[in-house]
Amino acid sequence: MHKVFYKQGKKVLLLGNEAIVRGALEAGVGFASTYPGTPSSEIGITFAEIAKDAGIYFEYSANEKVAFEAAVGAALSGVRSICFFKHFGLNVACESVFPSAYTGVKAGMVIVVADDPSCHSSGQSEEDTRPFARVAHLPMLEPSNAQECIDFVKIAFRLSERFKIPVFIRMTTRVDHMRSVVKLGKIVKGKTRGKFIKDIVYKNFPPYIMDTHEELHKKLDKLKEVSEKSNMNFFVNKNIKNKLGIIVTGVSFDYVMDAMDDLKIKLPVLKIGFTYPLPDKLIKNFIKRFKKILVVEELEPIVENHVKILAKQVNPKLKVLGKGYFPNAGEYNEAIVINVLSKVTRRKYEVDLIAHKKKYLKIKEPKRLPIMCPGCPHRSTFYAAKLATKGMDVVYGGDVGCYILGLFKPLETQDWMFSMGASEGVAHGIRKVSDQKVIAFLGDSTFFHAGMPGMVNIVYNKSNPLIIVMDNRITAMTGHEPNPGTGITAMGDPAKEIQIDAIAKAMGVEDVRVIDPNNVNLMIKTIRELLEKDKVSVIVAKRECQLLAMRKKRKQGIKVAKFQIDTKICKKCGTCLRQLACPAIKEEHGIFKIDKNICTGCAVCAQICPNKAIHAVK
Amino acid sequence: MKEFNIIVTGVGGQGAMTLGMIIAEAALKQGYDVRTTEVHGLAQRGGSIPLHIRFGEKMYTPLILEGEANLIIALEPLEALRTTYFGSKKHKTIFLIDKYKLPPITVSVLGEGYPRIENIVNHIKPFADRIIIINASEIVIKETGNDITSNVFMLGYAIGNKLIPLKEKIVLETIKEIVPKKYLEVNKKIFELGMKHK
Repeated sequence: MHKVFYKQGKKVLLLGNEAIVRGALEAGVGFASTYPGTPSSEIGITFAEIAKDAGIYFEYSANEKVAFEAAVGAALSGVRSICFFKHFGLNVACESVFPSAYTGVKAGMVIVVADDPSCHSSGQSEEDTRPFARVAHLPMLEPSNAQECIDFVKIAFRLSERFKIPVFIRMTTRVDHMRSVVKLGKIVKGKTRGKFIKDIVYKNFPPYIMDTHEELHKKLDKLKEVSEKSNMNFFVNKNIKNKLGIIVTGVSFDYVMDAMDDLKIKLPVLKIGFTYPLPDKLIKNFIKRFKKILVVEELEPIVENHVKILAKQVNPKLKVLGKGYFPNAGEYNEAIVINVLSKVTRRKYEVDLIAHKKKYLKIKEPKRLPIMCPGCPHRSTFYAAKLATKGMDVVYGGDVGCYILGLFKPLETQDWMFSMGASEGVAHGIRKVSDQKVIAFLGDSTFFHAGMPGMVNIVYNKSNPLIIVMDNRITAMTGHEPNPGTGITAMGDPAKEIQIDAIAKAMGVEDVRVIDPNNVNLMIKTIRELLEKDKVSVIVAKRECQLLAMRKKRKQGIKVAKFQIDTKICKKCGTCLRQLACPAIKEEHGIFKIDKNICTGCAVCAQICPNKAIHAVK
Repeated sequence: MKEFNIIVTGVGGQGAMTLGMIIAEAALKQGYDVRTTEVHGLAQRGGSIPLHIRFGEKMYTPLILEGEANLIIALEPLEALRTTYFGSKKHKTIFLIDKYKLPPITVSVLGEGYPRIENIVNHIKPFADRIIIINASEIVIKETGNDITSNVFMLGYAIGNKLIPLKEKIVLETIKEIVPKKYLEVNKKIFELGMKHK
C-alpha cells in the first residue's frame, strides 16, 4: 500500500509532494492533471500510482495549459480538481489562468505551482511565481513543510469552493523535496462525475467582463478578511520585547527558527502562510512596536515591499530590512540567515561560517557534471550531428529535456535553452537572417507540448532548419512519464500512439525520415543530405530511452550482449571515450575498458571505433 | 538526544537515496522527529546526490548547517570531499568513506586530475574527528558480483560500529520494509557483513 493511503491518525514521513496528494485525497479531489516538471514531478508520479486505487481520475496532459483547462472543465462541472506544474508550467498555463479568476469555478479547484530557487532542476530562469497571484487576482497559500502541505491543500479547496475561485498553492524545491513527519487526517471519497450547467459568467465577454472584474475585487477584499484571521499566519515569541521583529514566508521559517536557536536569541516572528491577499491589519499591528523589521523571503522582495508601504501608514520610522542583507538570487539556508541575523543583531555566532567555508575551498575538486546515461540514444544522435557537420559553421538549437546535457563537452550540441519548443522558433529566426545552417533538436514530449506551432511556422513562413525530433518514447528527465507518443495513459491504460512523422507530414514537411539513432552511419549520411535542402526537413530519431528499455528487458529476463575492447587491437586512440563520453567507457593506466556492469549493449562505440577493436562479448 | 545530523552522499545510481530513506524511516520508528531533504532531477544521470537527514527531539530545517554534521557517509571519495565543510572538530564529525572511485566525466574525458586518497584525507582532517575509509564496494563485488548493495554494507558498518544512534533491530525491520522482496536476502546478508567488518 502506498503511504498516502495510510490510515487516519498515523504519523508518517512524507515528501512535500506526496503530502500534496494526501491533502487532495483528504479534501475529496476527483480529478487531477499535470504536465511533468521538477520539482513538482513526484506529485504526478504519486497520483499515477494511486489514482486507480483511490477511484479518481489523473492524466498527464499534453502541456500545462491543457492540464489547467482540463481541471477547470472538471471544476466547472462540479468535480473537485487539482492541477500542478513547475514555475515555467504556470507561464504556459497563464493565458487560461487569468480568465479563470473571472469565470470562477463551481467545485473547488487548486493550482499547485513549484518554484525552484537555485535552479536545482531548471535551466531557463530563476522565476518567482508569486507576482502571478497578484496579476491574476487569485489567492495564494505557501506551505513550508509536509504537514502544512496537507493542511493548506485542504484549506485551499474549502476557500475555492466558498469563494468560487481557483486557489494557488506555491511551493519551492525545498518544500517539495523535504521529508517531514505528518499526522494523517481522514480521506474523503471525492465525486468523479458532474454536470456542466451553463452560466453567462463563463462566457467572459464584454460588457459582463467589467462586472465580473468588479466582483473579483470584492471577492479579494473578502479573502483579505479571511487572511487576517487565518491560522496559516501565526506568531512565535509574540510577546518578547525587542527592537527587532521578523516577518517570514515559506521554508525560510525553518531557517529562522534554527538560526535563532543556534544564535541563542528569541525574536518575535510573524510567519505568513496566506501570502495573497496579505493580512494587512495583522502586519500593521505587528510592525507598530518595532524599530526594525527583517523580512525573510526567497527571490523577489514582494512581502518586503508590501511591508514598506504598510509601515508608512503605522510606523514611518520603521526600518524594513530584507534584500541587500539577503541575496537576490539563490535559495536561502540557515547559514545565510545566521549571517544576516548576526549583522542585524550584532550577535556573533560561535563559528565563523565564512572562514569555515573558505578553509574548505582551498582544494579544487573536479566537478561531477550530469551526463547522459550509458546507451542513451541522444548521445548517438548528437555524435552523428557533430560528425556530419564537422568543419561547417552550424548552429545547434537547444530545447528542454534530457538532451540539454548535450550542452557539455565533448558533444556541445545545444547552443541555447529558452523554453519548451524554442529550438524551432529561434532556429527559424536565425535561418531567416543568417546563412548559417541550423539544426533544431527537440524531444518527443517537447514536440507534443509546444513543438507543433514552431514546425507549422517554419513550413508556412518558409525557412529550412533541419529539425531532429529525438523520440525516446517517454518524458524521461522528470521521471519517465508517458506522453502522447508512448501509447499508454498516466493511469496505465492503452492509448493511441500518436505518430510524430505523420504529424510532420500533415503539417507540410515534405521530407520526413524515421531513423534509429544507433545506426550511426545512416544518421550521419542523412543529416549531411538534409542540411543541403532548400525546404525544411525532419528526422525522427526514434529509439526508446535506454533506462526504460533495460528495465523492460530485465523484467522479461532478456539478457543484452555487453561489449568489450580487445586490448590487442585497440590502438589507444581514445575516440570512444573522448568523443562519446559514455560513462561505461573508462581509461585505467592507459588501457581502455568497458564496465560490463553498466554497458547496455547499444553498440554505438563498436560502430565508431576506427580500429574495429570493440566487440560484443559472446 | 536533541539532534543527530547525517549526510549520505554518492553518485546518482549508487543507492544513496535508499540508504538515507532507511536511516530516516528507522529514526521515525525509534520515536524521533525526522527531517530529510535531497536534490534530484538531474542526479539520476550520474550527478552528485547529497542527502541530508536530521533526527532528534525537534528541529526545523532539513538542511544541515555547515560544520554541524555528526556523520558523513560517502559512497565515493570525491563526493566525501565535496561535503567536507559540513564537518567540524567541534561537532566531532565522523567521515565514513567507501574507497571505490567513480571518476566523473571531467576526469575521464576532459583530463582533470582525480585527487589522491591521501590528499582527500588530508583535506578533510581539519573538519573531522575521525575518518574511516573502507573497501565496501570491493568487498561487495567479491561477494555478489556487483556493487549494488555497497550502500547497505556501509549502513551495516555504521550500525555495527555504533556511528548512528539507531538500534540494529529497528534498522533491519526498516530494510525489510524498504528493500524489494527479491533483493531482501542479499541485502540482509551484506548488511550483516558490514556489521561485522572491522
